[in-house]
Amino acid sequence: MGMIPARFDYRQAGSVAEALQLLASCDDAKLLAGGHSLVPLMKMRLVSPSTLIDISGIAELQGVTDTGSVLRVGALTRHRVVERSQVVAQHVPLLAHVAGLVGDPQVRNRGTIGGSLVHGDPAADLPSVALATGATMVVTGAAGERRIAAADFFVDFLETAVGPDEILTAIEFPKRTGAGFGYEKFVRRSMDYAIVGVAVQAGDQPGIALVNMGSVPRRADAASQALAGGAGVDAVAALAAEGTNPPEDLNANADYRRHLASVLTKRALLAAGYR
Amino acid sequence: MSLIGAKVLRKEDPNLITGQGQYVDDLQPAGCAFMAMVRSTEPHARIVAIDTSAAKAIDGVLAVWTHADIAALPARPSSLPGMDMPLITGDVARFVGDIVAVVVAADRYTAADAAEAIIVDYESLPAVASLSQALAPDAPMIHPVLQGNTVFFQDYTEDLSAEFAAAPRTASLSLVNNRCAPAPIEPNVVLADWGPAGLTVWAAFQAPHHLRNTIAAFFGISQDTTRVIAPDVGGGFGAKINFASEIFLAAALSRALGRPVKYTQTRSECMVAMFHGRAQEHKVDVAFDDSGKILALKVQVTQDQGAYPDATGMGLPVLTTAMSAGCYKIPKVAVSWRNVVTNTTPVAAYRGAGRPEASYMIERVIDLIADETGVDPIEVRKTNFIPADGFPYQTHSPLAVYDSGNFAGALDELLRHADYPALKAEQAARLADPRAKLLGIGFASWLEIAGFGPPGSLEAFGHLASWESAQVRVQPDGSAIIYTGASPHGQGTVTTFAQIAADQLGIDFDRISVRHGDTAVIPQGIGTMGSRAVAVGGEGVKTASTRVFERAKKIAAHLLEATEDDIVVENEEFHVRGTPSKSVPWSQVAWKSFQPLELPAGMEPGSLDATVFQQVPNFSFPSGAYCCVVEIDRETGDVDIRNMYLVDDCGTVINPMLVEGQVHGGVAQGIAQALYEHMQYDESGVPRTATLMDYLVPAAPDLPGYVSGRTVTLNPSNTLGAKGVGESGSVGAPPAVINAVVDALSHLGVKHIDMPATPQKIWSILRGSK
Ligand SMILES: Cc1cc2nc3c(=O)[nH]c(=O)nc-3n(C[C@H](O)[C@H](O)[C@H](O)COP(=O)(O)OP(=O)(O)OC[C@H]3O[C@@H](n4cnc5c(N)ncnc54)[C@H](O)[C@@H]3O)c2cc1C
Repeated sequence: MGMIPARFDYRQAGSVAEALQLLASCDDAKLLAGGHSLVPLMKMRLVSPSTLIDISGIAELQGVTDTGSVLRVGALTRHRVVERSQVVAQHVPLLAHVAGLVGDPQVRNRGTIGGSLVHGDPAADLPSVALATGATMVVTGAAGERRIAAADFFVDFLETAVGPDEILTAIEFPKRTGAGFGYEKFVRRSMDYAIVGVAVQAGDQPGIALVNMGSVPRRADAASQALAGGAGVDAVAALAAEGTNPPEDLNANADYRRHLASVLTKRALLAAGYR
Repeated sequence: MSLIGAKVLRKEDPNLITGQGQYVDDLQPAGCAFMAMVRSTEPHARIVAIDTSAAKAIDGVLAVWTHADIAALPARPSSLPGMDMPLITGDVARFVGDIVAVVVAADRYTAADAAEAIIVDYESLPAVASLSQALAPDAPMIHPVLQGNTVFFQDYTEDLSAEFAAAPRTASLSLVNNRCAPAPIEPNVVLADWGPAGLTVWAAFQAPHHLRNTIAAFFGISQDTTRVIAPDVGGGFGAKINFASEIFLAAALSRALGRPVKYTQTRSECMVAMFHGRAQEHKVDVAFDDSGKILALKVQVTQDQGAYPDATGMGLPVLTTAMSAGCYKIPKVAVSWRNVVTNTTPVAAYRGAGRPEASYMIERVIDLIADETGVDPIEVRKTNFIPADGFPYQTHSPLAVYDSGNFAGALDELLRHADYPALKAEQAARLADPRAKLLGIGFASWLEIAGFGPPGSLEAFGHLASWESAQVRVQPDGSAIIYTGASPHGQGTVTTFAQIAADQLGIDFDRISVRHGDTAVIPQGIGTMGSRAVAVGGEGVKTASTRVFERAKKIAAHLLEATEDDIVVENEEFHVRGTPSKSVPWSQVAWKSFQPLELPAGMEPGSLDATVFQQVPNFSFPSGAYCCVVEIDRETGDVDIRNMYLVDDCGTVINPMLVEGQVHGGVAQGIAQALYEHMQYDESGVPRTATLMDYLVPAAPDLPGYVSGRTVTLNPSNTLGAKGVGESGSVGAPPAVINAVVDALSHLGVKHIDMPATPQKIWSILRGSK
């Protein structure tokens, strides 16, 4: 009954190259970033990797860089750093806002953006930002670097396009300077995972993405298209749950989730400046 | 200057907030081994085989026990004959969490690995997961000794059919008091060390002497060599007066292995193994007239006992039915109760234990009457209140003779804080504006039974007695140590008891220490539960302090060559009244109290030491009036508590800050029950809320700010006048919150909504109304 992980080995990687080498040489190893998704699973013995490769000390994967056209956020940047970053607040304000709504301060001080995205939890907040803004994931493996669009990144429940021998090194967010945004997170208990969440990015390439409305984080495609086509908030909100297959749990059945998705979409659209 | 009523900072805090507290899990004696459990994953199953070979082969594993290894030991104490809970279950597992095997290993991790390596072969049996399943005809049975699943049935104490037939109006209500998990921050933890000199058990427990006596009887050993220590304890809420099987297993394994054995429950174990609370269903019928006056009340309580009935659990419906009339003068009350077993975690005391259920019921009934008659809920309350001059008041129950109170006074005080007319106007305006959130206003005039208690009250639950012990020992330098049998676990008793003693002794608060929680140090004791620490234990401290002070005065009079009656104490100086220059300091009186040559004739050295076993003639009855204002999001169904006004009457307040802390904590747990927490099982008996991901303990931002007021009616059963306040909030908050939620939705014809009032439930109502 839980809370005590099985035995594992622990290795520290000082660089991406070293981490890749360790990944290749250990069977059944897992990368350890902030540990705030992985360690709970290990404690419940839902996963029992033989080796943890701690990448949290790799300097090249930390921090936010303004490359001109995009903001490049290192995979190991903690939620708290993203939340407080002036550059992020200026150029991808939706990201800073949502990073500040992840869990509680302890979680935000440990958890990393890369860990959150690679974990692929449909109930996590940050994947919706990547989807709504059209971010690009930068992944490194033995064969070199790959770039994956957010829309192609989330494959299945807790599964992403990052291969077992690869590392997510950075996320590139297109700048949305000055554009409106909205994020609505519905919870019963504060600081919890979203029962349903909706992210809206306004601007010339608007996007709407959903949290906890299926087995993977996903864009609200129909609603996003309607928005791009100039539909009004009510019409867009009505399409929010289109094509989704929402989960059912003690907090919400599928009907309620669909309803919440459209209510929250409307609110997020209004927050983003749409009328 | 009296310290009673002073906002003194807690003596406990410097240790706790700097991380210097010492909990059982902090103790690491040399050679300590660690215990882990294999718990049933099946609600009800025959255990066909247990393969322990792989676990035994793991390096570092010291013992693997199954039922055969404890067959010679008694069942868990406080079990009921024929329905005993074995320490390790035998051929049948009866709930998810039932202990099936136990492992001890050199370290915690190996113990967990070994527990996982044990393979249990279950053959599933049909299970009953709810009261309705348990009471259905042909329901699967849990204990062969029972006919069906009813452990005990008390039919209505009176036939009220004539009263109901004659009444102008009647109404009925079915209520569910949702099952809650106590979930203290510190789960069950025990460390047992059985050596040649005896057995020492450190346990996260609320009543160490009770545990010591029980352990000694359990193993057939002598109490003088059995020592129980409850060091810092991280919350109990009643769940840590239950004799957890793990405590006895740790001791038995320590004896077998000859080394200390420690067990720290994991959070996921705690959710299913630590006994739950509430889990009652009520069927209520009420007869009343057009003015809202109640003529007769019938209450039927069905109590879910879980898989193994516990003596305390069996008492819950007794308390609920005793308190069913609440603050009201109801001419006729008939009560009935039934205790039923199900394939779920056993149910026992949880903050309020039986009384929150009663106040929730009667306060829902009051609002139902208001709804039926159109009389304002405030008026219905006032119409039915027992008047302030109506005490002592004999209720329908021999157990409950209300000692004192002023229910109308508390409600008036509440209405000074909560502007009811303004709130009602706001509510109407909100209702008219479809974009505004709905507003709901809920009241609860509540009352509970506390201060356990008078002789016989705790004996009924297996305790030695119902007094509380207090010993006051003045040290040679004039400081004092108080020893109390109350065993606090967060209440601040060290502070309040020092305040009480300082007042009586005239010794500085900073030179008074309070010790507790160790049977080798404290003379005897009962424990902290049932909001009794101050009302019984605190009174004991006062009595013992007074005795010591009288003797100190004798010595001072002797030293000052004055008469005893003229002696007063000020700033730790004894002097003759009116002649402050002629004085002797407390330190000298104390010093000389140990020197035979300095003492008055006939006085023995060491006499500034008194032990009292404080008795009280009656329970106490804390009461109050709460008002909750909720906002409901019409689109999502989300409930937000906007205001919470709290008027408590706990009699004399020793330390307002600690009273507030107790009230806020209790109210938080009450709000939790009303809106968040619900221990749920699926149809087959598998828990659905066995982690804190699914079982929603609210977080600080979910709770409102509180506005507190106070009324004071004194407890006539002690000289302090204090009633106890530990459980009040959890008694008063649930009905206030639910009454507010129902009020917000009453324009839709809603008459009741079960706890917890979740957004989805409310959304379905709102949607249905469209
Ligand atoms: C109490 C609590 C509350 C939380 N609440 C929320 C919430 O409200 N919203 C929310 O979105 N999240 C929440 N989280 C999750 C939190 O945000 C996690 O920190 C995050 O999901 C995972 O990030 P991490 O750095 O901790 O990753 P880890 O746990 O270290 O890793 C997660 C997974 O990603 C892999 N991984 C990590 N980094 C990389 C990389 N660079 N390349 C390849 N693979 C990698 C790991 O191997 C592992 O499989 C909560 C967590 C806790 C404990």
